[in-house]
Amino acid sequence: MGSFGGRSKVRKPKFGVVVFPGSNCDHDTYYVLKKLLDLDVIFLWHKQTNLEDCDIIILPGGFSYGDYLRTGSIARFSPIMNEVIGFAEKGGYVLGICNGFQILLEAGLLPGVMIRNESLNFVCKDIYLKIENKETVFTKDINGKLALKVPIAHGEGNYFADESTLKELEANNQIVFRYSDKDGSITTSANPNGSVRNIAGIINKSGNVLGMMPHPERSSDSVLGKTDGSLIFNSLVNNIFN
Amino acid sequence: MFKVKVLIKRRKTILDPQGKAVEIGAKNLGLNNIKNTRIDKYIEFNVDTKDKKLAEEEVNDYCKKLLANPIMEDYEFTLSEWAPSEEEVK
Repeated sequence: MGSFGGRSKVRKPKFGVVVFPGSNCDHDTYYVLKKLLDLDVIFLWHKQTNLEDCDIIILPGGFSYGDYLRTGSIARFSPIMNEVIGFAEKGGYVLGICNGFQILLEAGLLPGVMIRNESLNFVCKDIYLKIENKETVFTKDINGKLALKVPIAHGEGNYFADESTLKELEANNQIVFRYSDKDGSITTSANPNGSVRNIAGIINKSGNVLGMMPHPERSSDSVLGKTDGSLIFNSLVNNIFN
Repeated sequence: MFKVKVLIKRRKTILDPQGKAVEIGAKNLGLNNIKNTRIDKYIEFNVDTKDKKLAEEEVNDYCKKLLANPIMEDYEFTLSEWAPSEEEVK
């Protein structure tokens, strides 16, 4: 796993991990960025109304506001989200992981909705992700991988969008990750939740807001037996100021 | 004061896995004529104003921005004048 900073003359990017009531992957994300990748990272409480000069905002996984009403629907109105939306609209980098992705959808920063997994089960397991768009800052540096091994843990990760939205996503190359088998083949059996067209992660048109259901922070520490998630963080860090 | 009853329904084109699962229960009960089970949301609340037009505006705002997701859901509501009973005031 590569660490960043120190050796490079480029300024280290500063990460902000937003903490909503009910976030539960905030500390994992912080740990990976701070302790494993040696990056600058701070927590941002959801009631804050400034982003403290962060270069990248992460909306972490969890069950914000108990997932009441619809996943992410109440967090979307936390005070900090006004700042996050403004930041994203000005081209700031935002990564939403799992519940963070659901919040980005509810906030309208990404198109589509999440519905209950087709199986109705909460699915918690390692899956494989095929990278469909290698031109994003999040994926540019990931080479020589047929598919990334990253875990999912969600009950509502069944991505849905209408046909015209899907066409637009395809046309603009906005589908970044699809659920695949370990050789990168997109199959029905590799789809863990019923997501339309095996979609696991999408990016906005301008390429600065990524939402993904799988958890890269849970596959970054070699102690856990898998490190493909760290490739995403490293790619982001290496390309953000380019 | 108004009492509002909102019904939020998922569009027919969107799969309702809960409804499907519950319907399997109906089959297991031997209720073979049950079809098209959908589980939607019913929400009640009050709007504390005398101005009906303002109340309707707030309800629409609440539904559009928070209670329903217009990408996949439609909503309808009824609004009626309401005064709390003595018991409820206590």
